[in-house]
Amino acid sequence: MRNILLVIQREYMVRVKKKSFLIMTILAPVLFVGGYALVIWMAISSVDSKTVQVVDESGLFTDEFKDSESLKFSYVKGSIDSAKAQFKDSQANALVYIPANVIASPKSVRIYAPKNVSMELKSEIEKVIEKQIENIKLSEAGITHKILEDSRVNVSSETISLSEEGEKTSSSGAATIIGGICAFLIYMSVFIYGTQVMRGVTEEKTSRIVEVIISSVKPYQLMMGKIIGVALVGLTQFVLWIFLTVSLTALATTVLSSKMPKDSQQIQQEMGKMQKGMPASNMPGGNVDNPVAEVLGAVNSLNIPLIIGCFLFYYLGGYLFYSALFGAVGAAVDNDADTQQFMLPITLPIIFSFVFAQFVLRDPDGNLAFWTSMIPFTSPIIMMVRIPFGVPAWQIALSMVLLVLGFIGTIWIASRIYRVGILMYGKKVTYKELAKWIFYKV
Amino acid sequence: MNIIEVQNITKDYSNHRALDDVSINIPKGCIFGLLGPNGAGKTSLIRIINQITGPDSGKVFFDGEPLGPKHISKIGYLPEERGLYKKMKVGEQLLYLAQLKGLTKNEAMEKLKIWFVKFDIKTWWDKSVSDLSKGMQQKVQFVSTVLHEPDLIILDEPFSGFDPINANLIRDEILELKQKGSTIIFSTHRMETVEELCDNIALIHRAKKVLDGPKMLIKEQFKTNTFFVEYRGLLNGFDQKYQLEKTIVLENDFLRTNIHLPATVTANELLTDLLPQVEIRAFGENIPTMSDIFMRAVNEIPEA
Repeated sequence: MRNILLVIQREYMVRVKKKSFLIMTILAPVLFVGGYALVIWMAISSVDSKTVQVVDESGLFTDEFKDSESLKFSYVKGSIDSAKAQFKDSQANALVYIPANVIASPKSVRIYAPKNVSMELKSEIEKVIEKQIENIKLSEAGITHKILEDSRVNVSSETISLSEEGEKTSSSGAATIIGGICAFLIYMSVFIYGTQVMRGVTEEKTSRIVEVIISSVKPYQLMMGKIIGVALVGLTQFVLWIFLTVSLTALATTVLSSKMPKDSQQIQQEMGKMQKGMPASNMPGGNVDNPVAEVLGAVNSLNIPLIIGCFLFYYLGGYLFYSALFGAVGAAVDNDADTQQFMLPITLPIIFSFVFAQFVLRDPDGNLAFWTSMIPFTSPIIMMVRIPFGVPAWQIALSMVLLVLGFIGTIWIASRIYRVGILMYGKKVTYKELAKWIFYKV
Repeated sequence: MNIIEVQNITKDYSNHRALDDVSINIPKGCIFGLLGPNGAGKTSLIRIINQITGPDSGKVFFDGEPLGPKHISKIGYLPEERGLYKKMKVGEQLLYLAQLKGLTKNEAMEKLKIWFVKFDIKTWWDKSVSDLSKGMQQKVQFVSTVLHEPDLIILDEPFSGFDPINANLIRDEILELKQKGSTIIFSTHRMETVEELCDNIALIHRAKKVLDGPKMLIKEQFKTNTFFVEYRGLLNGFDQKYQLEKTIVLENDFLRTNIHLPATVTANELLTDLLPQVEIRAFGENIPTMSDIFMRAVNEIPEA
């Protein structure tokens, strides 16, 4: 026991003290929050206004171009030719020419500018013109503005899950997002930390230290110590990431809003847009319910303690299941380059589970979802996708029991391969031989 | 008293037998040479004593008790294939290895200080192992092997990779450890080392023990009753009574001849015969070297 703790301690300290660990741990949240803050910063500070001159020969657009924070419009009387001549001397950024027959041929609208105009400006101008033409055409057809407004309805349905505890508002959107994030995190960490276990084993083997170590520690203890040590490194990194991201976000928000107090409202809004993942401006005006609140409300409707509990369980279970196999691969080969041949059967189910996850998200109670969330090879990822949608307790229990049996099994197999493999040098190993090692007496 | 008693050990691997009914006793306080050609089974035996692997049949006793986990801290092992964690610092690494052998951190620290002064390697503490030369790494590994003051030290080819100065340093340390009461097992095929250091030997060949016992007794056993004489003159008529083996011409007309004595004739009788005939410069018995014994013992066993 003392020895296994010593091994865990070493594996943990060696990795945590590495420069790459420090850099990754600090850099990831900094880049994440920094990128985020930069986008918001740009959104706030890019409000230098541009002036646009309008030559309206049709006379339909008088006062239709409204000044905004970023755009100032001025109407120029006279012909387009004189306007063009004056434009060069003015400070305006663009000149819009609307011909008299604009309704008949809308394509004849021209925008003149010294440089190319931005897409944003172009679409803004086009939108105003399109809308006005549309209005004119509609009123010609006898439809008033009022009828038009009334015809725009926004449907936002609420899913109510019926269960024994009664009705509960649920949000399949939030469940999809949470399930997807959990699955992705487990997928990533199984890969990243599983490979670390494998590297650690091959490193001990190639540097030949392993013979000294196993004259003091049982191979099984060495392997488990390594697996647990790396798991703790992973947890440490997660905790630090969450902590750093939260505190950096708080810091960035304070800095940004203190710089522009009057815009703090806008920051909130921008953040809201980004969290929602789609620009709020695409929604019909007036109906922008606070999307953040909506998501938060939906999240609150989920069984958060269950999700967190299950996440930890499946994170650890999936990691133990796979890292043992990765460790066995590390023991079976002489150097990193040879690991490829044995990696495929291990990485394939992980990648498959991630692919299946997309289908399971669409049909979280289907047959595929059920079976893949029971089989330990795929259950850590698939079950986490399903849990936010609600899974019967017996299924969770069965899946957990199977996963525990699964990782006990892989650890047993891995330790049998490991104890033979670490002392085997200079031999290309085949699958047949690996199978024999499992039953060797050492 | 034997520190290790190996009784009738057999060990099979999937396609060959590594040890076949091997029994060896290793007396306490001696330097024991475990000899044999490559692939004879030495490493298998060493791994069994280190409890890295177990025998298929047979028993091992440590200090009279069946070998078990509690003996791990009493054994220090330097494998033939040396290795350390490349990216770990020397000090940390030695502390870790010592703790695995059961020392507390403080004990290990104190012992390490003594060794670092002794080997004059104080500046290495914070160096990464990969920054050390091969010889330097060997020194570090030697320290890790003996730091916990084990009763039994197993050294597999300890001098390979050392320059003569460091090899001498290590040799002196080994002798000092023996003085302090440790038992040392040498696995080697360098016969000059065996000649110089070992008290007892065992020779393993093709998975079987072919020879063991105190070195002096074995030499006695392998003596051929052959004497050498360096002389000036002619050995007329000696070939009737004695069997003359090869003669070498030395400087200043001196010759050196090996003379094999029949069982009934003593060395004194030979000398008496020689005295009137030739001018003798040197005379002595041909004691077989370990190298001779090794070659003879190995060649006597027919190919399997």
